[in-house]
Amino acid sequence: MEELLPAILKTLFIIAIAVGAFAPIITWVERKQSAVMQDRIGANRADIAGITLLGLLHPLADVLKLLTKEDVVPRGANRFLHMAAPLIAAIPVIASFAVIPYGGLYEFGETTIHLVVADLDWGILYIFAIASIATYGTVISGWASNNNWSLLGSLRASAQMISYEVTMGLSIVGLFMAFQTLRLTDMAVAQDASFRLLGFLEHFGWIQTLPGWLSWIQLPNWGLFLQPLGFVMFLTCVMAENKRPPFDLPEAESELVAGYFTEYSGMRFGLFYMSEFIEVVVIAALTTALFLGGWAIPFLPQETLIGAVSPVFGTGVATGLCMVLHVLTFFLKVIVMIWLQMQIRWTLPRPRYDQVMDLCWKIMLPLSLANIVVTALVILLITGGTS
Amino acid sequence: MTAQAFFFYFAAALAVVSALGMVLNFRNTVAAAMSLVVTMIGLAIVYVVLEAHLVAALQIMVYAGAIVVVFLFVVMLLNLRSDTFHPARQRLLKAAGALLALGLTAAFLSLMPTALPTVQELPEGFGGYRAVGLALFTRFLLAFEVSSLLLLAAMVGAVVLAKRRID
Repeated sequence: MEELLPAILKTLFIIAIAVGAFAPIITWVERKQSAVMQDRIGANRADIAGITLLGLLHPLADVLKLLTKEDVVPRGANRFLHMAAPLIAAIPVIASFAVIPYGGLYEFGETTIHLVVADLDWGILYIFAIASIATYGTVISGWASNNNWSLLGSLRASAQMISYEVTMGLSIVGLFMAFQTLRLTDMAVAQDASFRLLGFLEHFGWIQTLPGWLSWIQLPNWGLFLQPLGFVMFLTCVMAENKRPPFDLPEAESELVAGYFTEYSGMRFGLFYMSEFIEVVVIAALTTALFLGGWAIPFLPQETLIGAVSPVFGTGVATGLCMVLHVLTFFLKVIVMIWLQMQIRWTLPRPRYDQVMDLCWKIMLPLSLANIVVTALVILLITGGTS
Repeated sequence: MTAQAFFFYFAAALAVVSALGMVLNFRNTVAAAMSLVVTMIGLAIVYVVLEAHLVAALQIMVYAGAIVVVFLFVVMLLNLRSDTFHPARQRLLKAAGALLALGLTAAFLSLMPTALPTVQELPEGFGGYRAVGLALFTRFLLAFEVSSLLLLAAMVGAVVLAKRRID
């Protein structure tokens, strides 16, 4: 039981923030951002006693509306699978948060606090496995609706999601090689450091010692800087997995009405809608943990921060401060990644379906394989094949 | 009952029930495929209980996540109806299946007392990606490369077959 209670608290914390706070606010951000980009005012009508709060009450109004709507199951549909599909789509997305670290390891005297729900050795494989289950939500919803638009949508979805899963996995193999681990918490610790950009000149003996100011040019040891191509490809793949524009072929309004969830109404539609937004948060949290240093503050490693503050306030306060700052840093980075996804979603038009598949199989798959080979060669050159 | 035993019996029951669901759902191919997915998930839980974490992740990623999705894809494209399976053909198949199941059960029961290994202490990192990767690229390198060649041949064969139909 003593192990169970902290795990439950950590689970409640991350779900309350991601599902309870981030997801509803993102629905508002999405409306407001599209309004700004299309020169409109955007959501501003929902009010309680005349107070609109900039339209922030719209998510609340949405939930009320969806909960009170009739839950329609079309004639000839498979009732059980039609009801179950939104759950199959939503649960894996929420379960992904289990292995994402939103803080490091902190020692308060006897007790240690590790800010991750499950610190799995195969953390990233867990996320891939969970994400592959989410495909069924889309595929089954289309088939069980007894509607041709839905079926076309889920056929597109299944092909698109399987294709991009392959490239998604391959695009971050280089990252595993760079950090030598699959454990997300270890990756975050490895990124809590920095490296000298021109340090390789010294390493290979091309220059004896770098002149002072050149040696000061440093970059955080983030996946983004070690694997820039991997970052771009991984973000593209996970966004394609999420099926939001520009990869919204399975639900393309102009072609398929609403794709695989055409026949859904009420809260079952709401679950599809919410799981899409929760997945935006998952993608942001995952790319933060993998490529943006997780909870790490750039150029300020954990020991340095605690060492600098503890002489003044004592170790306990310093560690607590460090923990709070790390969690805030993590969520700040998550917000930046959400902003980036929103920007992409409202900027790029939807390509044709064959173009989406060509991008995956003919461009990104060879590029990701090349990325692996080049990364392996560079690591071999730097370590001399000893590690 | 320990947590391990609980999860084992839970996962085993899940796998058996869903496997039965797959066999008995022959009229509804999509429901049968979904039962197969649940069987895969049950097996993955058993692998986790056995500390074979990598195999568990691959079980879900590859079998549940990719292969059965392709099954579903084909089933949806063909849109099989119940009358596709002729009753006369089914009777023969059922008899063959029952015979096969009986034979397998007999073989399993006869092997069971001797085939079970004694309980051993697991080495450090057992079943993790490091141990499996090291074994694949050192001791089983030849088998690994040969199987990749086999997969390549299968892929080329599939492309040739598909292309002939298009031409």
